[in-house]
Order: sequence, then structure tokens, then C-alpha cells
Amino acid sequence: MDLTVNGKPVSAEVDIRTSLLDLLREHLDLPGTKKGCNQGACGACTVLVDGVRINSCLALAVQYQGRSITTVEGLADGDTLHPLQAAFIEHDGFQCGYCTPGQLCSAVGMADELARGVPSYVTDVLAADTLSLTHDELRERMSGNLCRCGAHNGIVAAIAATYGADRPAVSA
Amino acid sequence: MMEFARTALRYVPDALLPGTRPKPVRGQHGHVGEPVSRIDGALKVGGAARFAAEVKLDGMLYAALVHSTIAKGRIASIETAAAEQAPGVALVMTHRNAPRMKAPKGMMDGGGVAGSSLPVMQDATVHWNGEAVALVLAETQEQADHAAALVRVAYDPAPALTDFSVARGKAKRPDSVLMEPAAVTIGDAEKALAKAPHRVDRRYTTPRHNHNAIELHAATVAWDGDTLILHDATQMLNGTAGTMAGVFGIQPEQVRVLSPFVGGGFGGKGLWTHQILAAAAARLAGRPVRIMLSREGVYRLVGGRTLTEQRVAIGADAEGRFTALIHEGVAAMTAHNNCPEQFTFPARHLYAAGSFRLEQTIAEMDMLANTFMRAPGESVGTFALECAIDELAETMAVDPIELRRRNEPERDPTSGNAFSSRHLTKAFDDGAARFGWDRRDPVPGRRREGEWRIGMGVATATYPYLRMPGNAARIRIDAHGHATVSTAGHEMGMGTATVQAQHAADRLGLPLDSVTFEYGDSALPAGAMAGGSQQTVATLAAVTAAAEALIKELLRIAGNDSPLAGLRLADVVAVDGGLAQAGDPTRHERYASILARAGRDAVEAEAKAPLPLEMLKYSMHSTGAQFAEVAVSDVTGEVRVRRLLGSFDCGRILNPKAAASQFRGGIIMGLGLALTEETLFDARTGRVMNPSLAEYHVPVHMDVPEIDVIWTDLPDPHAPMGARGIGEIGITGVGAAIANAVYNATGTRVRDLPITLDKLL
Repeated sequence: MDLTVNGKPVSAEVDIRTSLLDLLREHLDLPGTKKGCNQGACGACTVLVDGVRINSCLALAVQYQGRSITTVEGLADGDTLHPLQAAFIEHDGFQCGYCTPGQLCSAVGMADELARGVPSYVTDVLAADTLSLTHDELRERMSGNLCRCGAHNGIVAAIAATYGADRPAVSA
Repeated sequence: MMEFARTALRYVPDALLPGTRPKPVRGQHGHVGEPVSRIDGALKVGGAARFAAEVKLDGMLYAALVHSTIAKGRIASIETAAAEQAPGVALVMTHRNAPRMKAPKGMMDGGGVAGSSLPVMQDATVHWNGEAVALVLAETQEQADHAAALVRVAYDPAPALTDFSVARGKAKRPDSVLMEPAAVTIGDAEKALAKAPHRVDRRYTTPRHNHNAIELHAATVAWDGDTLILHDATQMLNGTAGTMAGVFGIQPEQVRVLSPFVGGGFGGKGLWTHQILAAAAARLAGRPVRIMLSREGVYRLVGGRTLTEQRVAIGADAEGRFTALIHEGVAAMTAHNNCPEQFTFPARHLYAAGSFRLEQTIAEMDMLANTFMRAPGESVGTFALECAIDELAETMAVDPIELRRRNEPERDPTSGNAFSSRHLTKAFDDGAARFGWDRRDPVPGRRREGEWRIGMGVATATYPYLRMPGNAARIRIDAHGHATVSTAGHEMGMGTATVQAQHAADRLGLPLDSVTFEYGDSALPAGAMAGGSQQTVATLAAVTAAAEALIKELLRIAGNDSPLAGLRLADVVAVDGGLAQAGDPTRHERYASILARAGRDAVEAEAKAPLPLEMLKYSMHSTGAQFAEVAVSDVTGEVRVRRLLGSFDCGRILNPKAAASQFRGGIIMGLGLALTEETLFDARTGRVMNPSLAEYHVPVHMDVPEIDVIWTDLPDPHAPMGARGIGEIGITGVGAAIANAVYNATGTRVRDLPITLDKLL
């Protein structure tokens, strides 16, 4: 199968049982995407498919023929960290670092969902033209990404600093 | 023995006791105490940090496990032919073909660190529900998983003790609880309780918990002749190497354990059966092996925190001074491990009382060995003790902080030793002022916002200072004046690499970028276990000793032409990239210059940390005050935690940024302990019923408010760099602070964790 990963075309021969997560980790030597439960409960495996966040452990690799995948390894621009990555370091948005790739990719996808006006469980006005990244919106939308070290405050601060309403716009 | 040593050492001057007078940094200051961002940050946010399951070895096979479905008995038959013939399968290992291995030495069992001392896959006996009974190796994980599903096992079950309500009836007093006496009796506490004008006498329960580090337990192993290379996720490198060596009958030097990154530990990343099975299978197959447990596999093979049933009874005189303090109870354990969940420990050190009875017993069950999980004992012990104090305060109509203040001890109330440093009252004062404790309505249920009832609660946090003996560090300075500090330490997110580099930089008079901290490899000088909140201080002590040895060596090679000629260790300070005479900065020479004149490429020295006798002479404990504000829905019984504040007295804080994260992390795990976390154990079958992150509920972003953390930052004169360790205290007291807040909001006392909705409706 052929797909694009972090902007580069890749070909791979995979078992039909192989998940997108295992394709990345075991076949494409991209273990930055993490396995925390392999059943869609923890979010550590979150990647972006054509800009949309998914749990790659619940996706069969063969379904992603021709699609464009962005993993944590593809967020930075060469040696320049993505602003969100830099903010995670500045705000101590991680401890062990294992859930971090998923948190990062999820936040990038979340910011895009917000920009597209996709409502969440805590959105007051579902038909609102513009949504703002309130503390509750941010936390609700990131609740699919578990962190056991308890870096939640730092993660939220880093995302707010990068995508918050009063911050300069950052492209996802 | 420990009691005798404590009493005897009380009378020995500090100058004669190793460890009691740690050496301060004398030359350069400026890195320690700064909020330096994590040195390994870029690796972690870039996805470049390689964890144990991310090491690729040529010819590597993938492992999958078959778990027993009975709690006790024998394997009657095990059919492996279908699995062996499945595509890609290289080996099916069962007790029939597993290599002969010695049983691993368990934790607290003479240097061992295994979670259980049971033999691993050596015969047909089944010891717990979920034990691995077969292991399949295949070319891919998919093939291994499929083949494992083809293994058929039949059992001859034996009667198993899997019901705690039965087991507790046979509870017995252990010989000791983590080398401390299982029972402490001072005076006649029951009699004093009966006579007390004010008293509370309550029973509390806490359930089983699982660590649930997000990284699954994993190992990548290879044999090179009789040498075992184990890429592991571990918080105990050297102990793992030694214990594995014992299992396979080789020398500890023949086992190299590497673990540069650990994706969360909390006590759970130790030596369990999966590493032993993977190494055994690798030996049989003659190829490297990768094993990564499934999330369910973690619940089946890696123990968690055990359940407890506790009684706290407090008697107080008319002024609120405790005349009796009783904390007793039972925890479940197995016959093959030693982790008694020391929940009576907080009451041994926190409050003055006229009499004490502190005793815990063990109920043995047929189950996976329980183990140490963040603040074992103190986390659940403070829940019971600090709820009981809140209950007593209410019956006396005294503010709960004031009641604690009236019982603040002068000396350790049970050992009689002096505290090395204790500022709990200040922690309460600072926390109360910042939290707005004066806005709490002492009458429950009166503050309301729509359907939500609002309450505030408080509790004491406590965790002992610990420094285990035997660790060492090596420092090497090269011709450019760059220092490499090496010890077999662990980085599971505590900020080890960063904080140790900060200290080494100041200790050696170097800028931060001239120091490399090397860790995560058992081939390095023996490191400190990342447990008991002691790795940071133990490593500081070893690095301090190594720096002294290094400076001595530098002075020796400096020679007569050096401005340092004739100076001895006590005369010099490390500053500006070299050494200088204390008080005379003109007599200074840079390391690079010393090495150049001596014609050396590098100079290095290794030293052990001094014996930790400070722990025996002084009562050394971190303490703190936990504050919580909750909202409880009238309609659903849901509890939302609105505000949390932790005010800590943990000695000096070495890196405020990393420390704040450690404190918050502990508090958040405490939030889970209070409201949602419970490993459900089927009393009929001994099987964990919710072995997944979907059914075991850890706090998610929406559950976590912004958490305020403050600290006294008062150095402990008897701890290395004045620091006492901060990794575990954060979780302590949180359960009680939230339970007390729930009571203040609703008037309902929940004494059985977790505080789920049904208990409030």
C-alpha cells in the first residue's frame, strides 16, 4: 500500500490485521506515536489523517491507502519545533513524555476542529459562527487523551498559550 | 533493631555520623532552585525518546501471552500444536519446555526486587487468576497474538481464597512492616479512649488501585552468550540486573539493563514475570525477543495497590488534645510478596497523643501479588486518619486546622527522636490564607449554587524522607572542561536528568550546558532506585561525594605551577569552570588548564554516597496541607472538584517547575483515588473485572481543575542540599481533603472510597 507520512510518500506491505499504529511503530520506524492501551481508551496513539485526529490503534493500516498521515515526528519544521511543542516544554506539559505525542497531535487536530466550528459537549450555542477556546472547551476536547503523570495543568496551559483566543494565530 | 539504633544514635554528635551533615555547595550558585525546563524536553515532544518497546534488534521475535483463567490449581492439559503450526510461530513456551530457572528474589527479600518470589512457569501449578501459562513467539505481533489464541488449556482447579471478607477473618500480624514494627503501643489507648470527653471511632475502607502508567510494560531482550541485555521500562535498574542474574544463575555483571526513558512508573515499573519469560523464551529460541503487555496483560501480571480496611479512633480532652490515637486495620497480601501497605505509618509521626495503639495485620489471599503504588500506606492511611480528625473537629465544633495545631508534636511522638525539620503549621497557615479557608462555612450543606452544593475540606499530607544505602556516582571532566556525571538512575518524568545536571553544574562551578547527566544503564555506577521518593536526594549525596573525590584528584594533578598549588579540598571552591581558593578568587585555575598542564585527556573519580544515618538519628518527614473545594450535584450526586491547593514542607525545592509538576501529579492521582479509581476484583473467581483504561477511571482533563501548589522552601539541614524528596507526598491527604469537602458540602460522610455518585444519593 502507498500513503504519505509526514509529507513523504511511503510504500509498505502489511498484514491486513496490522493497525495504523503498528504500521508506524513497527514497519516505518516511527515509534514516536505511542501504544498505551490498543483499544481506543487512552489517546496516546493519536495521529492526524488529512488533518483530522484519530486513534491510530483502532484504525487498520490498509484503510489508509493514499491518505496523508502526520505523526509527532512530523510536527516540527526541520529543527524548529512546532509552537505547540515549544509551549509544552515551556509550560512543563509532560513528565514521562509517553502520552505527549498523542496530546500534541490531538491538540493540533482539536484546534482545527474548533476553527471549523465543530461543537463539543460543553458548547453553549451549537450554531455559533465562531467558537472560542475556553478553559472548559479545551479540557473537554482534550479529555480523550489520558495523562497519568498528572501534567494536565501544563498541557492545558501550553495549548491555551498556543491556540487561545488572546494569542497570535498559529497554523495547525 | 531499628528502634534500638534510633535510640542509641540520638546521643551521637552529627560530626561522627555519616549523612547527618550534608555538604552544601560553596562556590557557584544559580542553577539549583531555578525553574529550568526539562533537558530531555525536545526528545519527548519530538517523539525521539526511545522507550523499551522501541528498541529494534535484528532477528527479533514478538511475544504474546496466554493467561490462566483460574485462581489456584493445576494445568491439567495444554494443547499447543495448533499454535505451533500457525504462520510465523517460532516457539510456544509452557512449563513443559521452559528453561529451569530459580525463583526470583522478591522485594524486601535480601536484595531482590521481584514483585513476587514465586517461581515462573516451572511447573503446572497456577497461583493466581491471570498468571501467564504460555508464551508464543512469532515473526510479527499479529502472528503471535493469533497463535496465542489457539492455545487450549484445561485446569484442575483447587479451592482458592479470593474473598476478602473470608480472608480478613484469618488475618495475622506480620513480623514487621517494612522493617518497622507491625504494632506500636504507648500507654493504654483503648482505656484512654473510653474515658475521653470527646471521641470518634470509625471504620474506613479503600479499594484496590492500579498504577496505569500510560506506557505498557515492555521489554526487548537479547542474549549474547551468557550475557543478557534487557531493554526494560524500570525504576530499579540495578535490582533488576541482580535479580535476573539470580533467576538465570549468572553473575549480576552478566545482566545489563537499559532504561533511559520510562513512560510512567508510580511503583509499578518493577520486575514482574514478563521480563523473566521474555528472557527465557529468547534463550530457548536463540533470538532476541520483544514483549509488550496488553493493557489487560498489565492488570493480570503487574500488581497494584491492595485494599485496606481501617479503624481510626481518637480520644481528646476538653481542649482538643489527643489522649488516645488508635489506627489499626488489615490489608490483603499474598504469601509470596511483602508489601503490607503501611497505612498506620502517618499516625506514628504526625500528632502528639497521650497514648497510641497502631497496628496492622495482613490477610493472605490467592491473587496476583499487590505492590507499591505512589505513597503506599500514606496515601490510603491519611484518608482514614485525616477524615477521622475532621469528624472529631466537627463533634467538638473546632476548626479542623486548629485541632491539628493543638496536637502538633514537639518531637516524633512514637520514636521520641527530634524532627530534622518540620514546618507543618506554617504550611497550614500559608495554605489557608491562600485558599481562603476563612470563607468555609463550618455547617455542612449551607452553601449552594443552583443544583450544586459547595464545600471545602482540608487534610494533612505526609511522606517520610528516605535514602537507601549503596548508590554511587562517577564524574569525568574532559580536556574542554565538560563534565559527565554518571549513575544508574531513572527518568520516569520526575525531572531527574534536569535536576541532577543543575546540581552538578553548581557543585562543579560549571554552566549547565557543560554538564551531561548519564543514567538509565545498569553498567554505570550503582544508582538509586526510583522509589520511596529518594532517588533525587540519594543521587545528590553520591554526586557530592564523587565531586569531592574528583576535586582531590584535580588538586593532586594540578602540580606546583598551578595557582592552586598546595591547596587542599577544604581550601577550595568550584567556580568559573575550575577551582579557586575559597575567599581568594585570584587563585583560580580552570579545569581545562589543569588537565592541559597535566597532559591529561580527562580526569575522573567515583564515590559512594555516605551511609544514611541521618534517617536513624532524626525523624525525617515531609508534610503538607491539602485543601479542596468541591461541588456536589443534588440531582445526580456527581462530585466536581473545583479547586485544589497543596501547601508543602519538603525542604528545599531544587527546580520549582519540575517540583510543581510532581506535586500536581500526585494531587491528581489523589483526586482519582478520592472519586473514581477502583480495581474491581471478583471475590468468586479472583479475577480483575475492569482491566482496561475504559473501565478503570483515571482523572481526565475535564476532571482536573487548575491546581495551586506552594511550598515553604525551608532547607532540611540533615538532607542532601536541604531537599527531602517530593514524588509521593502529593497524593497523600487528597482523598481525605476531598471527602471532608464532600461532607462540608452535603452533610454525608463517605468512609468507603471511591466517593461515587451512588454513595451520595
